[in-house]
Amino acid sequence: MMISRILQKNSINRLTINTINSIKQSSSSSYHTTSKDEVVSMSNIKRNDEFSTLTNQDIKHFKDILGGDDSSRMITDKDELEGFNQDWMKKYKGNSSLVLKPKTTDQVSKILSYCNQKKLAIVPQGGNTGLVGGSVPLFDEIILSLTNMNQIESFDDVTGVVTCQSGCVLETLESYLNAKGFTVPLDLGAKGSCHIGGNAATNAGGIRLLRYGSMHSNVLGIEAVLADGTIMDCNSTLRKDNTGYDLKHLFIGSEGTLGVITKISIITPPKPTSVNVALLACNDFNQIKQILIKAKKQLGDILSAFEFMDRPCIDYVLDHQSTAKEPFDKKSPFYVLIETSGFHEQHDAEKLNAFLENIMSEDLVLDGSLATDTKNISQFWKLRETITESLGKAGAVYKYDLSLPIDTFYSIVEVMREKLKDKAVVTGFGHVGDGNLHLNISTPKQKYSKEFLSNIEPFVYEYTSQQKGSISAEHGIGYMKTGQLHFSKSPASIQLMKLIKNSMDPNVL
Amino acid sequence: MSFKILVPVKRVIDYAAKIRVRPDKLGVETNNVKMSINPFDEIAVEEAVRLKENTIADSVVAVSIGPKESLETIRGSLAMGADAGIHVSASADMQPLGIAKILKKLVEQEKPKLVILGKQAIDDDSNQTAQMLAGLLNWPQATFASKVVVDKASDKVTVTREIDGGLETLEMKLPAIISCDLRLNEPRYAKLQNIMKAKKIVVPTKTPEELGVDVSSKLKIVSVEEPAKRVGGSKVQSVDEVVANLKKHAII
Repeated sequence: MMISRILQKNSINRLTINTINSIKQSSSSSYHTTSKDEVVSMSNIKRNDEFSTLTNQDIKHFKDILGGDDSSRMITDKDELEGFNQDWMKKYKGNSSLVLKPKTTDQVSKILSYCNQKKLAIVPQGGNTGLVGGSVPLFDEIILSLTNMNQIESFDDVTGVVTCQSGCVLETLESYLNAKGFTVPLDLGAKGSCHIGGNAATNAGGIRLLRYGSMHSNVLGIEAVLADGTIMDCNSTLRKDNTGYDLKHLFIGSEGTLGVITKISIITPPKPTSVNVALLACNDFNQIKQILIKAKKQLGDILSAFEFMDRPCIDYVLDHQSTAKEPFDKKSPFYVLIETSGFHEQHDAEKLNAFLENIMSEDLVLDGSLATDTKNISQFWKLRETITESLGKAGAVYKYDLSLPIDTFYSIVEVMREKLKDKAVVTGFGHVGDGNLHLNISTPKQKYSKEFLSNIEPFVYEYTSQQKGSISAEHGIGYMKTGQLHFSKSPASIQLMKLIKNSMDPNVL
Repeated sequence: MSFKILVPVKRVIDYAAKIRVRPDKLGVETNNVKMSINPFDEIAVEEAVRLKENTIADSVVAVSIGPKESLETIRGSLAMGADAGIHVSASADMQPLGIAKILKKLVEQEKPKLVILGKQAIDDDSNQTAQMLAGLLNWPQATFASKVVVDKASDKVTVTREIDGGLETLEMKLPAIISCDLRLNEPRYAKLQNIMKAKKIVVPTKTPEELGVDVSSKLKIVSVEEPAKRVGGSKVQSVDEVVANLKKHAII
């Protein structure tokens, strides 16, 4: 499942594990962003020749396991392989010549067992919507696609627990649950394509984490297949089960390095019936902090999202989205989007109105608007959700997903702005309610340049490390940040991770 | 005489909400379902407020006929810029004729120069209220408006209508009735300050009895059903089979 690469000879500080199979959550982007970046050259790493190369005999063996070699089960055609070999940002590209699409856990087990014996490297792939190059091959690894494992197996409408195969598309799962009055406790821009298994493997965050917590909170059980083909059935639908080490948590956020998730059970909350969104304009980040504190206190249980964006983000959206319009008469430096979700329209409206009156009376907002009908709600959300796509359309974007303490949250944006001056447009937006900043540096009309990158890295990581923040709040490590793990994790932690990895996957598939 | 515009607004199920037929099959489920202002009525409010901002109109009065929750819809209109509101307490399932009769009485009381309505409500899609009101008042009407230009000096309004063949332009003497279509304008976001101000405006509640209007329904809903579920198609192997199937289902 993972290809171990020695990134730099004699480097003992860097993590040598390269997580390939990470289906990362795309924080707020639609599926069709076309980045004008060039494909990142993998020239600084070399294929480890201890791994075998695929032979016709291997292909035949897989055909026997899958019961056929038509394109619904296996793909060997060069043109069809393109999409699987490249990530959706078109930044990373591998050279695999085989995609396998098993339908059952048993087939996954047989495939892995065989690969383990023959030392054939593998990369598990879900929706391939990740942002850090974790779901595509580095070289010629076999792509193990979970697309065919999309059955929803059961749902308990008393507990709200749903069990499904890991290849279920998030949006499909959401539609299924909506019909029963429930909702997935996770929402992100890539929902039309990402797989729930991938969301679990990457501990996806999203816009509802503030309300429902992370995948760690919501996943009750996981069935996974280990590198040697052993089927680990930690799948449970029990809310409470303190019998031994909670192994499922190892898989959540492991980005596919410890096993292939094949089945998952999630506890889902009832779908709120009353949703309101307030869009606020603020003058400085300090106001946003005050508003956040008040929102948590006054909106409490109905608060379901708290996002922010700065003026440059709105400008990009207005430039590249034909249906977007300037929300207020005057432009402001900052915007905040607050969503409330509840079950009692009047109760929620009262709480929200009282909160809005309060922040207005304390002069914390320059302007604001409240959306109570779906049309306006979705227009406000579009201002936030289309930022990534709009940035991508403008040119090369250097993206950073950081967790930072709230007191210095925005300062990295200001520091970078000062540093880069008019060479780039620095924007900041994201899940401020969770302390998660998406720092995006855009060079409009330009291509990705290693030279320019050196202005940003490793400075951004060093800064984050000094603040004791995380260099990857929700996007994961993938290929992109393997060299940067040490900025957010101590050497001892990294050693322990290696230990666990080596005991679960000694051949480092 | 002051130029007043009357805008009737209706509280309906939000356009994105999932509709479910009630078990008694006499209507749709409205309990715990998101409700909003009828989108065409929102466009009507926006048009009226713009006319006021362009110093053509002096005031805009929003009126809603329905249960007490209709007051929210009036408040939303006030937040968009309407100056006053009137609530007429009635059941949620009023028919267009009853609404038109009430509106006629209100028109006689308020004496507006223009009544701007949405072309139809998205819950019943009747598309009747504006027309019936014009008939009852014997006022000129222009429906499906996509452009409205008022000439205050000559007391006329020119309306471009969207019709099947394209666009039709009508000129009417005021007072007149206009019903709005989708492309007339894009409603503004209600600003927070205005939302707060709107809450303080007193909106009187009247009853049909006070107005002397008989709103007993002349129509009875016999049944409400979901559309037939889409049956999956089937794949066929040859052109002959296609033809055979078409013949079998009496399509050709």
